[in-house]
Amino acid sequence: MQTTDLLPLVLVLAAVAYGFAYMRSRAVAGPLGGIRNLKALPVYYAARAALWCAIPALIILGVWAAFEGKVIQDMVMASLPAELAPQSEGHASLTLSQISNVAAGKLDSARVPDGITGAATLLQELREKSSQFKTLLVILIAVLGGAFAWTRVAPHINARKSVERTLQRVFFLCAAVAILTTIGIVFSVIFETFRFFGKVPISEFLFGTSWSPQTALRADQVGSDGAFGVIPLFTGTLMISAIALSIAVPVGLLSAVYLSEYASRPVRAVVKPLLEMLAGVPTVVYGFFAALTVAPFIRDLAVAIGLEASSQSALAAGLVMGIMIIPFVSSLSDDVINAVPRTLRDGSLAMGATQSETMKNVIFPAALPGIMGGILLAASRAIGETMIVVMAAGLAANLTANPLDSVTTVTVQIVTLLTGDQEFDSAKTLAAFALGMMLFIVTLLLNVIALKVVRKYREQYD
Amino acid sequence: MPEATPTKAPNERPAETVIEEGKTVGAPFSSDPKFKLRDVEVFYGDTRAIRNISLDITRNEVIAFIGPSGCGKSTFLRCLNRMNDSIDICRIKGSLQLDGEDIYDPKRDVVELRARVGMVFQKPNPFPKSIYDNVAYGPRIHGLANRKSELDDIVENSLRKAGLWDEAKDRLDAMATSMSGGQQQRLCIARAIAVSPEVVLMDEPCSALDPIATARIEELIAELSESYTIVIVTHSMQQAARVSNRTAYFHLGHLVEVNDTSKVFTMPEHQLTESYITGRFG
Repeated sequence: MQTTDLLPLVLVLAAVAYGFAYMRSRAVAGPLGGIRNLKALPVYYAARAALWCAIPALIILGVWAAFEGKVIQDMVMASLPAELAPQSEGHASLTLSQISNVAAGKLDSARVPDGITGAATLLQELREKSSQFKTLLVILIAVLGGAFAWTRVAPHINARKSVERTLQRVFFLCAAVAILTTIGIVFSVIFETFRFFGKVPISEFLFGTSWSPQTALRADQVGSDGAFGVIPLFTGTLMISAIALSIAVPVGLLSAVYLSEYASRPVRAVVKPLLEMLAGVPTVVYGFFAALTVAPFIRDLAVAIGLEASSQSALAAGLVMGIMIIPFVSSLSDDVINAVPRTLRDGSLAMGATQSETMKNVIFPAALPGIMGGILLAASRAIGETMIVVMAAGLAANLTANPLDSVTTVTVQIVTLLTGDQEFDSAKTLAAFALGMMLFIVTLLLNVIALKVVRKYREQYD
Repeated sequence: MPEATPTKAPNERPAETVIEEGKTVGAPFSSDPKFKLRDVEVFYGDTRAIRNISLDITRNEVIAFIGPSGCGKSTFLRCLNRMNDSIDICRIKGSLQLDGEDIYDPKRDVVELRARVGMVFQKPNPFPKSIYDNVAYGPRIHGLANRKSELDDIVENSLRKAGLWDEAKDRLDAMATSMSGGQQQRLCIARAIAVSPEVVLMDEPCSALDPIATARIEELIAELSESYTIVIVTHSMQQAARVSNRTAYFHLGHLVEVNDTSKVFTMPEHQLTESYITGRFG
C-alpha cells in the first residue's frame, strides 16, 4: 500500500479505537453507577485510545517514508557488479536514473548492460517488499496501540491528564513549525548571501552607487563587469515608501478619526468595510491603475507646468501604493481609538472640550502606541511591495531624489534577477539573496525600533 | 447629623403608597432655582428611562439623588450638562433651564454649558498626563490664563480647594495615573473646579474608593458647597445624609420624593422612600 493510502487507513483505525474505547468506558462505568465514577469522561478515554492508535503509527509511517528511498537506492547500488560501479557522483546519479527507468519500463532492458537489468529487478523487488512491510508494520502498530489503550480503560486511570499533555505537545509542534520555517528561510538566505560576498566585496555592495547586475558568460566579453551597488535601490525603495506613507498616514489616520468619533453608526457600517476593501484589491490591479492612469497623468501634469518627467515615475508608484495601504493605517487606528476608555472621553467632554480638542489632547495620545503599530505595518507593507513598482516606477536603477524620475526598488530587482532561466552560481543570481538579506535586516530593525517606541509610550499612557 | 433610619413609630406609615406619574411628594420646587426642570422625559430608543420629572435645584445647595440601581438618577444627572448627547439613541423631552436659559436650545453652545456645569465621574478618570496638565486642561482649552504664572495660580488654587496641594505640590510633573484612587478622584474634582464652574455634578464619586478616601471627599464636598451648587448621585444613604441639604428619591424613572435631607431620612412622606431608606429593597 502506498503512503497516501495508509494515511486514511490509520485515521479509520483511530476512529475505530475511539469508538471501542468509548463503548468500553461506558460499559465499565455502568456497574459503578454512571460515568461520574470514572476518573475522566468517556470521551477522554476514547480520545486517548485514538491518539495511542494514530500517533505511533504515523511516526513510523513518516520515518519509513523519509528513509525508504535512500535505503533502497544504497542497496541497489551496492548490488551492482564491480565493472558498473560508478566512479563519480554524476555517474552514480546517471546510473541510478537508468536503473529506475528500466524498472519503470521506460527504457528497453535490451539496450542496457545486464548488471543494470539485474539492479532494476532488485529495485522493483525491494520496493514491493518495503511497501508490504510498511503496510503491515503500520497497521500492526496502530492496532497494538489502540488495543493497549483499550485495555487501559479503567475507572481509576485518569485519561484526561494524558490527553491534555498530548494535545499540549501537538500545539507546541504547530508553533514550532512556524518558527523553524522562519529560521530555515533565514539560514538559506544567509548561506547564499555569503556565497555572493565571496564574488562581490561587501563594501562594494553596501556603498556602491551604481547597480547594473551583469556577469560575463565568457572572459573576453565586452562590459563584463557588473556593478552591484545597492544604494540606488535603497534610495528608490525609501523614496517610494516615503511618498506612500505621506499619503496613507494622514488620510488613514484622519479617516479613522472620522469613523470612530464623528460618523453615525449607519455611515460607519458602510464606510469601514468599503475602506477595508481597498486592502483586498490585488496589487497587480493597483499596478494597472498606476501604470495606465496615474503615471501618464502625472507626466502630462509635469510637462504642462514645464517640468521634465518620465512616463514611469516614483511619484505614480508611491501615490498608488499610498492608497493601497490606507486601510492598514485607518482600520488599525480606528480599532485602537475605539479601545480608548469611554471614561476618558467623557472626562474631557465634561470639561467643556470640543470633540476635536478631546481627540487631540486625550484620545490621540492614549491611542498612539496602537496607531504607531498600524503605521509600521503599513511601512513594512510599502517596503515589501513589488507589483505596483514594477509596473509604475520602472526598472532603471537611477540614483535620484527627483520623484518624477523612474526608479527601482529592492524587491523589483529581486524579481528581475530571479525570473527566467538562471544559473544559481553567478553573482547576478546570488545578488538577489544578498538583497533579500538586506531587506530582511532593514524591516527587522524597523520592527525593533517600533517595539521600543510603542513600549515607551505605553508606559507613559497606561 | 440625621440618622439614616426613621424615628417614627412603626404604626405611623407614610401616607403616600402609589407612584403617580409626574407627581412628586415633598418640596420639589424652590423660589430661587439654579436649575428649573419641568416635565423632563428621557428615552433610550423606545425605553422611557425618565418619566415626567419636575424639580428645582436651588442655588448653592447640595442635593443628593438616591434610589435603587437603574432608577434613572445618573441619566437624569447627565441631562444637566448634556452628557447624554453623545449617546445616539438618547432623546430628551421637557424643559430644562439653567439660570432661566434653556439647556437644550439648539443654538446653545455645549462647550459654554459644560464650562459652567462641571462633572466628576464614578470611576476616577484622570487623563494619562501629568498632575499639572490634568488640572490645567480646562483652563487651557477655555483660555482662562494669559500667562504661565496665571495658569500656575489656577492649578495651585484648584489643588488647594481639592485638598490635594500638600500631597501633589512636589510631584506636579508625575503621571496622574500613578496616584492612589482617592487622590485621583480628588484630582478629578480639582480638574472640574479649575474652570470655576457654577455647578458640580458628581456621579457616585466615592463608589470606587475606600472609607478613608471617601471621608476626605465628603469633607471636600462640604467645603465646596460654600461656593458651588452640587448635585451628587450616591448609593450610600449615609453619604446622602452626611453631605446634602436636600435629597431626591428616584424610583423606576419617577421622582418619588424630594425634601430636606433631615426630613427624608426621619419622616419620609412616601412609603417607597421609607422602604428604601430602611433597607427593605435597593
